[in-house]
Amino acid sequence: MNYEIVHRTVYEYTSEVSVSQHVVHLTPRNLPGQQCLRHELVVEPTPALVTSREDYFGNSTSFFTMAGAHRTLVVTAHSEVALSPRRWPEPNKTPAWERARGYADRSENLTIEAQEYIYPSALIPALPALSEYARPSFSAGRPLLEAVLDLTRRIFTDFTFDPKATTVSTPLEEVMKKRRGVCQDFAHFQIGCLRTLGLPARYVSGYLETLPPPGKTKLVGSDASHAWVQVFVPDFGWVEVDPTNDVMPSDRHIVVAWGRDFEDVSPIRGVISGGDKHILKVAVDVTPLTKKTEALGASTQSQSSQTQS
Amino acid sequence: MTDDADNPAAPLLRDYPSTDGIFDEMLAANGSPRPHWKDLVGSFDRLGATELASRRDTAARLLRENGVTYNVYGDSHGLSRTWSLDLIPLVIPHDEWVTIEAGLAQRARLLNLILADIYGAQKLLREGTLPPGLIFANPAFLRQCHGIVPPENQFIHLHAVDLARASDGRWWVLSDRTQAPSGAGYALENRIVLSRVLPEEFRSLRAERLAHFFQHLRDTLRNLPSQAGGQPNVVLLTPGPYNETYSEHVYLARYLGFPLVEGGDLTVRDQRVFLKTLEGLQPVDVIIRRSDDAFCDPLELRSDSILGVPGLVEAARAGNVVVANALGSGVVETPALSAFLPGLCKQLLGEELKLPSLATWWCGQEKEFAYVRENMDRLVIKPAFARGSAGPYFADTMSEKERAALLAQMEATPYNFVAQEKIGLSTAPVLEREGLAPRPVVLRTFTCSTRDGYQVMPGGLSRFSSSPEQLVVSMQNGGGSKDTWVIGEGPVSQLTLLLQTTPIVRLERAAAEVPSRVADNLYWLGRYAERLEDTLRLLRCVLVRLTGDVGDDETPELDSLVRLLAHLDFFPAKFREEHTLMAVEREVFELIYRTNRLGTVREVQSRLNNIAFSLRDRFTADTWRILNKLQTDTRPRPGRVPIAEMVTMLDTSIIDLAAFAGMEMENMTRGHGWRFLDIGRRIERAGNMGSLVKAALAVQATGLDTLDPVLEIADSVMTYRRRYFSQPQWPPALDLLLADESNPRSLAFQIFALADHAANLPQPQDRSPSSRHTDSLNALLAKADWPALAHDQLTTGNNKLGELLAAVAGGLRGFSDSLTHQYFSHATTRVS
Repeated sequence: MNYEIVHRTVYEYTSEVSVSQHVVHLTPRNLPGQQCLRHELVVEPTPALVTSREDYFGNSTSFFTMAGAHRTLVVTAHSEVALSPRRWPEPNKTPAWERARGYADRSENLTIEAQEYIYPSALIPALPALSEYARPSFSAGRPLLEAVLDLTRRIFTDFTFDPKATTVSTPLEEVMKKRRGVCQDFAHFQIGCLRTLGLPARYVSGYLETLPPPGKTKLVGSDASHAWVQVFVPDFGWVEVDPTNDVMPSDRHIVVAWGRDFEDVSPIRGVISGGDKHILKVAVDVTPLTKKTEALGASTQSQSSQTQS
Repeated sequence: MTDDADNPAAPLLRDYPSTDGIFDEMLAANGSPRPHWKDLVGSFDRLGATELASRRDTAARLLRENGVTYNVYGDSHGLSRTWSLDLIPLVIPHDEWVTIEAGLAQRARLLNLILADIYGAQKLLREGTLPPGLIFANPAFLRQCHGIVPPENQFIHLHAVDLARASDGRWWVLSDRTQAPSGAGYALENRIVLSRVLPEEFRSLRAERLAHFFQHLRDTLRNLPSQAGGQPNVVLLTPGPYNETYSEHVYLARYLGFPLVEGGDLTVRDQRVFLKTLEGLQPVDVIIRRSDDAFCDPLELRSDSILGVPGLVEAARAGNVVVANALGSGVVETPALSAFLPGLCKQLLGEELKLPSLATWWCGQEKEFAYVRENMDRLVIKPAFARGSAGPYFADTMSEKERAALLAQMEATPYNFVAQEKIGLSTAPVLEREGLAPRPVVLRTFTCSTRDGYQVMPGGLSRFSSSPEQLVVSMQNGGGSKDTWVIGEGPVSQLTLLLQTTPIVRLERAAAEVPSRVADNLYWLGRYAERLEDTLRLLRCVLVRLTGDVGDDETPELDSLVRLLAHLDFFPAKFREEHTLMAVEREVFELIYRTNRLGTVREVQSRLNNIAFSLRDRFTADTWRILNKLQTDTRPRPGRVPIAEMVTMLDTSIIDLAAFAGMEMENMTRGHGWRFLDIGRRIERAGNMGSLVKAALAVQATGLDTLDPVLEIADSVMTYRRRYFSQPQWPPALDLLLADESNPRSLAFQIFALADHAANLPQPQDRSPSSRHTDSLNALLAKADWPALAHDQLTTGNNKLGELLAAVAGGLRGFSDSLTHQYFSHATTRVS
């Protein structure tokens, strides 16, 4: 399946901004089963400088400077991605979870890359309550993926999706107490559970195509950035789980970037001079495409007609 | 005369206790001075206790006057505490130093190679010589900086190492400082002071000079690449006046001749770093930073940092700026690394590690952790990362409960802990009130990179703890510092420090660059100094009339004065109608001493002080002394303060301010910085004069005479008398106060000065908004016929004069706003 993604971020400032610098992670990755066919980053007004590079985690990232007074900043990422269904190992055939544990001084079954993801990170501290929560799913000798899927299901059941309960800066400890939050919180929580057991786990930022309620047409801009989890399975590699939806991503999850937590891959972050307060609007559209020609047509149309929802 | 030095019972040493099993720097185990201490001990004995105490006081005074301070957080002494320096240096013999020196140079080389690997190929991690977890679990490993290759692969330009001597007499490495080491400047300041108070001892011991080291450091920085070719523009980046070692930043910047800047003074455009100056953006090639790694760039590193420069990492990545030390170099500060250094040294340098580190066990290793668990009581447990966050822990002194809690933490995140063997620090003699006393001592050494490898400062900053039992030596916990004398071999190099300090002045180019923040602060410094003086004069005018018996003929004048101050909003509005002497006295007292009320003497004084503090690198020692005196002079004392004493206080403070203004007139170069200071002063004075005349006329309209006090407040009584020889009258007085361009207190004088400043400030070609404001102000003044206006207003009661003064006030506000808009205003706020 091919998807057209439009991710539009609008900053409206209450007074003029003279200089600002931004770092964005908005380019979908190329992976087995995911191909980024087209990507374009449009910044209005035109920035003084845009540079792109690959970051430490292999994500594509762009940096730009806004110079010259402006009151509105619009950052739009247009992407087209081809997805094919991902293949995951049979859960009960994966190695015992203990074999996937990493230790600081010896990690025979882990690649050096995987060892990067067993330690606490800025937004995911090693809270004792995390391993306590995780333990029941990880009985001795249980196949890793089976245990991980059990944990995923439990988080899905125990936690309530509630966008009003948390913000981007709500600490993990509070999320745990409230048992409410959004995809970012659930992903952080599950990663924390896995890491406190010594298992490498990383944060994936991306998109998910949402389906409208039966009988309704989909609203423009109703999709959102999404976040889920990858866990390292020895002899296989990284396997994805989505605790917000209790699924293993297949061909509706589009991977943009991964890192230790949200902070490594935040879609857009910036520092501005002046501007007092700002209003931020984000709209994401993930549209399935059937033919290449439609893709181009749809993209032009959405550029000219899209309004904020 | 007998030589007491050979006598172990020299008077000075008689009460110096010997401590079993601990190495004393001065005394050998048999109680007699070690050979390299003999001369010094002899010399101190000859000087005697009284002379030593007097020299110690001189040293303390010099430090205070030089403004050497160390900020202790949450200290009741306020922001800064004077640096404490012991009179007795730590003496290190030459041959011993040669070993230390070689070990330090090797260590810097080694750590630099390790950094190059961590931020590059990570071969050591892949091979396992460096456990990956030690780097990956370390929050100081900045992934954003991976792949940035500094010029010549030089990550560490300045390296500091804390050394301690164990009971076996060997020096051991306690810890490394690799990101933004502090102390080199303090070591230099200690040296300057101590070599001045002990000149003969310093000469006869032939202590090695420090100047060469700083010359190396400066050359290293100056030899770094510049964008434009030629010498690079180097700045020293400080986290600001609230940082504990700010005074050192000021000193080093001055000594090395590099501008001192704060994060807000720098900006990144198109991946290049610039200094925001009044003349516009000046490129910056090299940043010596005193901020820790994570605080250097809110865009890519810690987003809650307001100290950094957004975009700095990207500029470094593009190779457009060199940050010294390189961003991310804090990763090798972890004490856990010590456990792996001997092996890494062999692998990377093919040499044995010369300076031993304390035996170290990193709990991230299973076997090592097991050992630590078994031997907890004999070891010191420390956090492996995040220095200073918690610990060190001494398990043998902990309760069962505390131990269990610590162990639980260690089990959950073993990689976050290291254990090190305990060593007894050696003691060095410290001059206390009662004589010499042994105190545990730690030596901080400094190493800088040069073209020919690493060079070590021959000496360093010795620190001792405040009590013999104190196990942790730190300036934050009290204690003090010592100069360190490395005994030279052969003639000491001719390069003398004092000759060195003179030629090292700011680069001419740097001196011309006034960061916008500095201009902004200077402007407010001028305003507050003037506001304070105005307040002092107004209050004094009232206060002198409150003293003694209030004679009948004084009453109306006091009455009009009180109403005048009520119109100026100093006194409550109800005083315009009626007031009692008691109430007035109480109000004056409050206006002097209350700190939580706007516009009181103390409140304005503290604003003045805060702003002066942040400008400290701009002041000479003398100016700083005056400001210190002003602060001391306005300090309240407990109990009811008699009026006479308050008057004296106001008198003294007015003189202090005059001295400050004098320094500003006589000692400041007439650069843009001075102009902003003077603009602040002029705007404030012009505004105050306008309000004073307006208020006076309002009171005058009620039939009370205010002219005499107004002339007094405006410091223009003498001028008036000399000029008119008559009882003061309003029309000529107004001419003197408002229109007379030769009276430095007049409104016209201020506006004249402002116009001159506005014309001479750096301006973009197409607009000169501040000049436009002074032009219109000048036009207002030129049109006005003050005597006629005054006559009119006083006889007919119209308010033409008042309206004109209001227009002038509006013009001044416009001028001030345009300055702010054009030269200041660089607030940075964070998005997302």
